[in-house]
Amino acid sequence: MAPLLSVQSLQVRYGPIEAVLGIDFEIKEGEIVAFLGANGAGKSSTLNALVGLVPVASGTVTFNGSDITDWPPETLAPAGMTLSPEGRHVFGTLSVSENLLMGAYSIKDKDAVNDAWERVYTLFPILHERRDQFAGTLSGGQQQMLAVGRALMSNPRLLLLDEPSLGLAPKIVGQIFDLISLLREQGVTLALVEQNVSMALNIADRGYVLSSGKIVAAGSASELSQSDALQSAYLGGE
Amino acid sequence: MDLFLQQTVNAFALGGTYALLALGLAVVFSIMGLINFAHGELMTIAGYVLMYCGLAGLPFLLSVPLAISASMVAAVLMERIAFRPVRNSSGATMLVTSFAVAMILQVLFQNLISTRSQPVLLPQLLSDSVTIGGLVIGVNKIAAIVSTLVMLVVLDRFMKHQKTGIAMRAAAEDFGVARLMGIRANTVIAGAFALSGLLAGVAAVLWVSQRASVDPLMGFMPVLKAFIAAILGGLGSLRGAVAGGFLLGFIEIYLAAFLPHEFQEFREPIGLGIVVLVLLFRPNGLIPSAALKAIKV
Ligand SMILES: Nc1ncnc2c1ncn2[C@@H]1O[C@H](COP(=O)(O)OP(=O)(O)O)[C@@H](O)[C@H]1O
Ligand SMILES: [Mg+2]
Repeated sequence: MAPLLSVQSLQVRYGPIEAVLGIDFEIKEGEIVAFLGANGAGKSSTLNALVGLVPVASGTVTFNGSDITDWPPETLAPAGMTLSPEGRHVFGTLSVSENLLMGAYSIKDKDAVNDAWERVYTLFPILHERRDQFAGTLSGGQQQMLAVGRALMSNPRLLLLDEPSLGLAPKIVGQIFDLISLLREQGVTLALVEQNVSMALNIADRGYVLSSGKIVAAGSASELSQSDALQSAYLGGE
Repeated sequence: MDLFLQQTVNAFALGGTYALLALGLAVVFSIMGLINFAHGELMTIAGYVLMYCGLAGLPFLLSVPLAISASMVAAVLMERIAFRPVRNSSGATMLVTSFAVAMILQVLFQNLISTRSQPVLLPQLLSDSVTIGGLVIGVNKIAAIVSTLVMLVVLDRFMKHQKTGIAMRAAAEDFGVARLMGIRANTVIAGAFALSGLLAGVAAVLWVSQRASVDPLMGFMPVLKAFIAAILGGLGSLRGAVAGGFLLGFIEIYLAAFLPHEFQEFREPIGLGIVVLVLLFRPNGLIPSAALKAIKV
């Protein structure tokens, strides 16, 4: 079976800065794939390029059989792929329920939107409790849940999560990881960028290790946990 | 006391017009970071449509929606033709583009219509006045205040309860993430221009109703004032634009009415001085935009 997402020689540049230097990877339906590496390795640039938030300098991205390399961001949620960005980026001046409604923006069918509400409010009862509050007044953990919930509202086949545990208390981090396993059970395919390497490898099927814009190691989660590449990537070595 | 109340009514009428114009600037700025100086020419277009409708003998009640529609269509065309190609450029590029659009339109008005001010036929009713509680108030002032309030309520409902309105607020806060949700950039931006055209059209009808004439440069002064009002309120903040518009209207009217004779010459600089003073204490405006604090993806 062809992978759900496959990426060939992806490059991302910001003016003279080369953030991603031609990487290849793939994600199969039903997998959780971790992307690991030190700060500045190019993980966010990679995910942002997949969804069109930053331009692809060269390379091709194929999702679900279509070449989506230069598709604008607004076309990807309807196609079944979305990103919960690093730093959460909830709409602080919109209420919790308005944020979720925006997540379902591309769904035209009323019943499907209602099912999405139902699912997200079941996963995160706290969001239901706070539905009329401005998102900007939520705690960091609640904002993260909202960011993930908002992404889920579009019913994605592939969900990209960029550092969902960043800056959260350990107990909340546990909740986020529980949620990720739950999503897998619901049939969502996940790409997970994490600083929390051990937790990420615990939950992931496979992983890629990035360093300075290149993939320096790849393999199953258990292979990676034993490899030296991971350690040296975090220590900043090549 | 009577004089004071009278001037307060005038201040609400003028401030309301500034508020509508400032709101039109703010809607577009909040979404694409463009200060559209050609907003004034949307007013002028609506003014000329009113004039031609009058010449053609159309009833005013029909001319008004035609004028407003013309300014909305012009706003959407302006975006499509002039601003879409520079959408991802710097704020400065877009600003210069908007100046160019304004000048081109002004030259077109001067050459195709007239360089001079043209009279606009208005219904007699607008120049009548009514007495309310001992105050003599012009019907045009009442119409201005009522129309402003109606517009503000309609816009507020739209932004709060319509999916497109909520999407515009989302896009104003974080355009990239809004697009990630499937909100189409073209839709939101065209919507913002259509709204700004609607607001400019209503403002133009109110403006012309006080003056009964239109000239090629008609839109320039009110939009400059609206720009000041938008900054006073907090650039990019919709509530701020309304607050700034009303405050500026009050400052201008009260200064004109109550500043001693020998200072009247300096009315404008004194008014701007007050604006600067407010900004010294509130550098981001009366009601700063939330997007100022937002981090970009
Ligand atoms: N918007 C941007 N403009 C310029 N450089 C950027 C931008 N975003 C990221 N970079 C640079 O690209 C490189 C990769 O960053 P990023 O993809 O954010 O890494 P990671 O998510 O792995 O921490 C870094 O050197 C970073 O400084
Ligand atoms: Mg990152």
